[in-house]
Amino acid sequence: MWKRLKPNRKNLRIYQVLILVLLLAFWYIGTNPNVPAIYFDDVNKAPFFFGEPLKVASRLWDWFYGGEIYAHLWVTLVETMLAFAIGTVAGLAIGLWLGLAPAWADVFDPFIKGANAMPRVILAPIFMVWFGLGIGSKVALGFTLVFFIVFFNVYQGVREVSPVVLANARMLGANNRQLLRSVYLPSAMSWVFASLHNAVGLAFVGAVVGEYLGSASGVGYLIHQAEGVFDINTVFAGIILLTVFAIVLDWIVGMIEKRLMVWQPRAGETERM
Amino acid sequence: MSALLLDDITCTFISRDDPAARYTAVRNASIAVGEGEFVSVVGPTGCGKSTLLNVAAGLLQPSSGDCKVFGKTLEGINSHAGYLFQTESLMPWRRALDNVIAGLQFRGVPKEEAVPRGEEWLARVGLAGFGGRYPHQLSGGQRKRVALAQCLILDPKIILMDEPFSALDVQTRQLMENELLELWAADRKSVLFITHDLEEAIALSDRVIVLSAGPETHPIGEFAIDLPRPRDVSEVRLTPRFLELHEKIWHAMKEEVLKGYRQQLKA
Ligand SMILES: Nc1ncnc2c1ncn2[C@@H]1O[C@H](COP(=O)(O)OP(=O)(O)OP(=O)(O)O)[C@@H](O)[C@H]1O
Ligand SMILES: [Mg+2]
Repeated sequence: MWKRLKPNRKNLRIYQVLILVLLLAFWYIGTNPNVPAIYFDDVNKAPFFFGEPLKVASRLWDWFYGGEIYAHLWVTLVETMLAFAIGTVAGLAIGLWLGLAPAWADVFDPFIKGANAMPRVILAPIFMVWFGLGIGSKVALGFTLVFFIVFFNVYQGVREVSPVVLANARMLGANNRQLLRSVYLPSAMSWVFASLHNAVGLAFVGAVVGEYLGSASGVGYLIHQAEGVFDINTVFAGIILLTVFAIVLDWIVGMIEKRLMVWQPRAGETERM
Repeated sequence: MSALLLDDITCTFISRDDPAARYTAVRNASIAVGEGEFVSVVGPTGCGKSTLLNVAAGLLQPSSGDCKVFGKTLEGINSHAGYLFQTESLMPWRRALDNVIAGLQFRGVPKEEAVPRGEEWLARVGLAGFGGRYPHQLSGGQRKRVALAQCLILDPKIILMDEPFSALDVQTRQLMENELLELWAADRKSVLFITHDLEEAIALSDRVIVLSAGPETHPIGEFAIDLPRPRDVSEVRLTPRFLELHEKIWHAMKEEVLKGYRQQLKA
């Protein structure tokens, strides 16, 4: 009996849906004003703090059906993608450069460590002053978050290139440019992809936090507005929207990774008869 | 004139953790490989064989002495040489065929021309139809053979081989050894072949050089192998002359191995 219930490949999805349903049910019952209060002294307090799933759902429905959300979602998406793209390219370029020039890496080491250790979210208000309340300040914030993650991974990846593979490529006649293209880049790629999953999430954090702190559009702005009037259902709708959005972005990165990293050994490639 | 001359090479490594510590792996070693000659180097493990080969390839700068290639002092990578490494050297992100033709591509040969040549070479090392596999999908011996094709497709004048067949089973090994001898006989390349297998060294070479135990390794004996060619590596091992040579060289080596061992005990 237990053997059949044990999580495996086949019932994986069933378990996942089951857990989701349980969470929603718990949320629904716990915040339903018609159910006697368990923790709070008043049945209306729980829905005030945690929202009500049905109202959250109807909020989401209104957003998409009414079309109000698309402009905001688009703004957040553009900010995220720009921060992600610029941060990744810059991290890749500078990571490659410093990885290949250890002397310069030593020179910059304390500055990079310092810049990375700094709590960068604090920079958000400064970026508002520098780049205004539009897209620029959000992209800048996301960039500072994405850049370091990608940079450190590329740097590490370049330094971990197998010396034998490198020597072999040189013996086969590769010049420096060819070494970069045929050895350093592909070798660093596995590290880069490991970092991109984090990076895409952080680009998103940069955009939303930036919007939350000051802007006139974007999902972060919507959440901030709703919080101002204690509209907890809208806040939760925004959070759910952002979560789904982040999962989709991560999934896209995963798909690209699967495409490009076919050469990597994976466990268990035999077929079971 | 030698195709390859290692002239009075000394290699002293500096320890990374303790800059004051030195380890002299090779001292005053000279090895010459004539044009079209097949020279093997045998020596106990850790004595500095790979180190010497890296110097010959131009990958390692010796502390003193120099390396001459066709009479010219070597600077940078030895472009006349192909190198078969002791450890994994294939690019894991390239399929077998793409690995084989990598050198051609680096030299600017167009892909349409490189691919058929690569396939031909894969077939020659017994891997026809394996071109689409990534290195991790090949066995250790198959990877070694891909590396062999990758090296030989460039038709180098000098071939440096670092225990290339030690990962293969005895039968495949003898097949590959015969194949190597055939290739070598076809257009007389100069070969510097490293092995710790004395029988393999004798069966293949014109000359066998025995290295002393480390540290401060240097050649302690050179033996001309006058076995007639063409040879079949499995048959030549049974001839009386082979056994005689084996006895003689092994005698010289054994003393050295014991000497090195005693030195290590004293230290
Ligand atoms: N980069 C290095 N730094 C310090 N010591 C080194 C370095 N490379 C090699 N050595 C030392 O030099 C000696 C010779 O090494 P080498 O790799 O040439 O041995 P080998 O004869 O090829 O051995 P094997 O038959 O096991 O491959 C060893 O004692 C090794 O520890
Ligand atoms: Mg070695």
